[in-house]
Amino acid sequence: MSDKIKVTIDGIPVEVEPRTSILNAARQIGGDIVPPAMCYYSKLEGSGGKCRTCLVKVSKGSEKDPRPMPKLVASCRTTVMDGMEVQNITSPEVIEARKGVVEMLLINHPLDCPICDQAGECHLQDLSYEHGAATTRYEFDRRTFDRVDIGDKIQLHMNRCILCYRCVFTADQITNNRVHGVLGRGDHAEISTYIEKAIDNDFSGNVIDVCPVGALTDKTFRFKNRVWFTKPVEAHRDCPTCSGKVTLWYKGEEVLRVTARKDVYGEVEDFICNTCRFDKKSTNDWVIEGPRQVSRQSVINANHYDTLQPLPVIKKNPELMQANKEQFERATKF
Amino acid sequence: MLRVEEVQSVEFSSALISKFDEIVSRYPEGRSKSALLPILHEVQAVYGWLSSAAMDKVAEYLNIQPIEVYEVATFYTMFFLKPQGKYVLEVCRTGPCCLVGAEKIMDYIGQKLGVKEGEVTADGLFSYRGVECLAACGYAPVLQIGPEYTFYENLTPESVDQLIENLKNK
Amino acid sequence: MGRKLLLEHINVPGINTFQVYKEKGGYRAVEKALKTMSSDDVVEEVKKSGLRGRGGAGFPTGMKWSFLAKPEGVPRYLVCNADESEPGTFKDRYLMTHIPHALIEGMIVGSYALGANTSYIYVRGEMMPQIRILEKAIAEAKAAGYLGKNILGSGYDLEIYVQPGGGAYICGEETALLESLEGKRGNPRIKPPFPAIAGLYGCPTVVNNVESIAATVPIVNEGGEEYAKIGIGRSTGTKLISASGNINKPGVYEIELGLSVEDFIYSDEYCGGIANGKRLKAVVAGGSSVPILPANLILNLANGDKRLMSYESLSEGGFATGTMLGSGGFVVLDEDQCIVRNTWNFSRFYHHESCGQCSPCREGTGWMEKVLHRLEYGHGKMSDIDLLVDVSKKIEGNTICPLGDAAAWPVASAIRHFRDEFEWHVKEPKLALERNYGLAHYADPIKIAEEV
Repeated sequence: MSDKIKVTIDGIPVEVEPRTSILNAARQIGGDIVPPAMCYYSKLEGSGGKCRTCLVKVSKGSEKDPRPMPKLVASCRTTVMDGMEVQNITSPEVIEARKGVVEMLLINHPLDCPICDQAGECHLQDLSYEHGAATTRYEFDRRTFDRVDIGDKIQLHMNRCILCYRCVFTADQITNNRVHGVLGRGDHAEISTYIEKAIDNDFSGNVIDVCPVGALTDKTFRFKNRVWFTKPVEAHRDCPTCSGKVTLWYKGEEVLRVTARKDVYGEVEDFICNTCRFDKKSTNDWVIEGPRQVSRQSVINANHYDTLQPLPVIKKNPELMQANKEQFERATKF
Repeated sequence: MLRVEEVQSVEFSSALISKFDEIVSRYPEGRSKSALLPILHEVQAVYGWLSSAAMDKVAEYLNIQPIEVYEVATFYTMFFLKPQGKYVLEVCRTGPCCLVGAEKIMDYIGQKLGVKEGEVTADGLFSYRGVECLAACGYAPVLQIGPEYTFYENLTPESVDQLIENLKNK
Repeated sequence: MGRKLLLEHINVPGINTFQVYKEKGGYRAVEKALKTMSSDDVVEEVKKSGLRGRGGAGFPTGMKWSFLAKPEGVPRYLVCNADESEPGTFKDRYLMTHIPHALIEGMIVGSYALGANTSYIYVRGEMMPQIRILEKAIAEAKAAGYLGKNILGSGYDLEIYVQPGGGAYICGEETALLESLEGKRGNPRIKPPFPAIAGLYGCPTVVNNVESIAATVPIVNEGGEEYAKIGIGRSTGTKLISASGNINKPGVYEIELGLSVEDFIYSDEYCGGIANGKRLKAVVAGGSSVPILPANLILNLANGDKRLMSYESLSEGGFATGTMLGSGGFVVLDEDQCIVRNTWNFSRFYHHESCGQCSPCREGTGWMEKVLHRLEYGHGKMSDIDLLVDVSKKIEGNTICPLGDAAAWPVASAIRHFRDEFEWHVKEPKLALERNYGLAHYADPIKIAEEV
């Protein structure tokens, strides 16, 4: 098509439709030049711009107006212009700013990953691992809230919330009436229903899937297992309410949890209904399609299936050979 | 978080409702949500604070979800979500006022009323709190009292005494 | 005596009424604009005047007006930003209290220029008395035929409404103000789109400060070129300065831009010198958001020349040795004031006022406040000082709206210019609780750099 727009991200050119955001242009290229996104969610209109992890540098505005943009911009909410040049991981300024954002996101976030159900599929964990510093400079008490059950299926653990607003957009756009929102302001802002109230409608469970951290978790799965000990399997059913396309998370023969299918950026492919999510936890309810492909880097892949492959070893390195032997023995013991 | 039992029902007077109607008429068709802040001010002026029942009623009037009202009411600092004293002394505590003794005035008011910031005096008449810049730095220290937000400038311990005395006798 | 354009008749009894205001030449601009000028003519005059936004950013008002999109069949709006909340600034309150009709007249002229048939004045909720004053002024103007349908037989219709805020500094940011006006939380919008394209209710909108709007009245009356003759360089016209702090005569002053800072502080016409015979230590020249400067740098430029009250002169030297005119909130600190405490106070303000939408500002403002509190109360560490600088850098420029910058600048500048005082708080924590650091060397003549 002739009206495509050419943009270069970290030196890699790509042609995209007009009005594409920088972030989505980067996603079309793929790989490590894709900025991380904690609040943007392509399926939720109006999302993005808030977390500031996707900041990039626009070193050339466009072919027509080559001036660079004066500040770093949120790539999720900035549209590409023809001839635009963007720097993400090639800009030290961006790396530094992103490190700052990660630090900010963590100063009030509890270090409770060992007891958090989200661990292993937490975007904040990934983000801190990839972009954060090993230590914190914050020496004050973290802000705390009480845990709240919003309905019998969803638990709100506000301490962990990073105020991405995704669940608010989800409730606005996917469900027919929103009963929760962001209350208060500044660092006291919180997700709440204000008056004790259950969030109860057919699609409310989707707030769990869109939550990038462990702030909204599935009570039917709570403390049942670590995600990396469960096996994701794709399945579907003929559901009158939603597409019925899900991922089942098995431990042995048992379905511990049902989620929507998530893509490489952690976004759901289709929102699913609460019946599929919370009430259909038996293999009989589903038509099994096969194991879900999980990125090799993901911790979820670490303990999967029985074909544990020892790492390839350079034969000349005795230390590595020893390590490999130990790992192999450990693995075969189980 | 509020428990549901605490919520009591509220009926707005017809005078208040017609005030609401006038406010809504200021905005284009379909934009009545714009009336939310002015209406909340009106409600607070009548009841002294915003109970969740009152906010639900406002939501009903504007045909919006109750959570939209809660979101707004909790964002803005002028809205009280708990009952207050009849007179809330709101003392500016920001930089320029502090340069000329706002902190001392705050302490003095606390002593005088015998309550801590945010508490209500036993007779239910007074509470006080520090608020951020009231845009009257040239007349500092200042305080204001709702719902008319009458202004008291160039405060001294003596003028505070006088003010509290006047309010008691009102 | 400098020329007074806005406050010329401020001392006339009854100037707050339509009757007296009109007798003193009020509403001439409306007559002139509606009867003899096209809307584009008015925009052109404002452009020629060189008027720059009086709310703080200093963006040329005429240019802002000319950016307004004008699609067929879509209403346009003029919204007046009267959410005056910047610590140190109280000029708009003064203007609205004493000469409300100056604002109403400006609103009519501005709305006509922009083709708006409904305009809103968003006044911070705390200014309830001013809201009542404006509502009365609007009613008077309407009764006299200056508002409503077919104003002065020109065929132009206009309604002006006053909207109260709810107590949020952030609503002074134009898109947060529009959100608030739509009955929502005051979360700034992510730009683009800018209000000129999609503002109030998604329609093209111009948001202007009270003083900017009022200044269009003398511009229309006297012509843009005449207005531009006042002032200095690109700082044209007169500016209301809110003077507060440790001075003999705090208050609102209308100055011709280009007056020297020294004259402003020490002359009897304006601040009348430092109160109680004390010496000047520091000045925050444009509202709490702008960098604080020590006495020597506020009075003089780095090259030794006198610093002037103008957009350019105040920002001369960048943030290394300069500051900004901002909103004209001129806060004077005498030798008895503690910079650390003042910085902590401002920092608490920004922490309190952060909307919480984007992470650097939400988390960073609280962090800075806590560290500054620790320094002020004698528990600080030497490393805290650099930590503050680093945190402020992590906030600055990385947020959705300028509140992040506004929170970062006072902290960064206080440490830049008063580092000794911060260090003293760490080294002598007990002493710092008992007394203040004092004037130290902050008023010493500047060592003029010898480089050419």
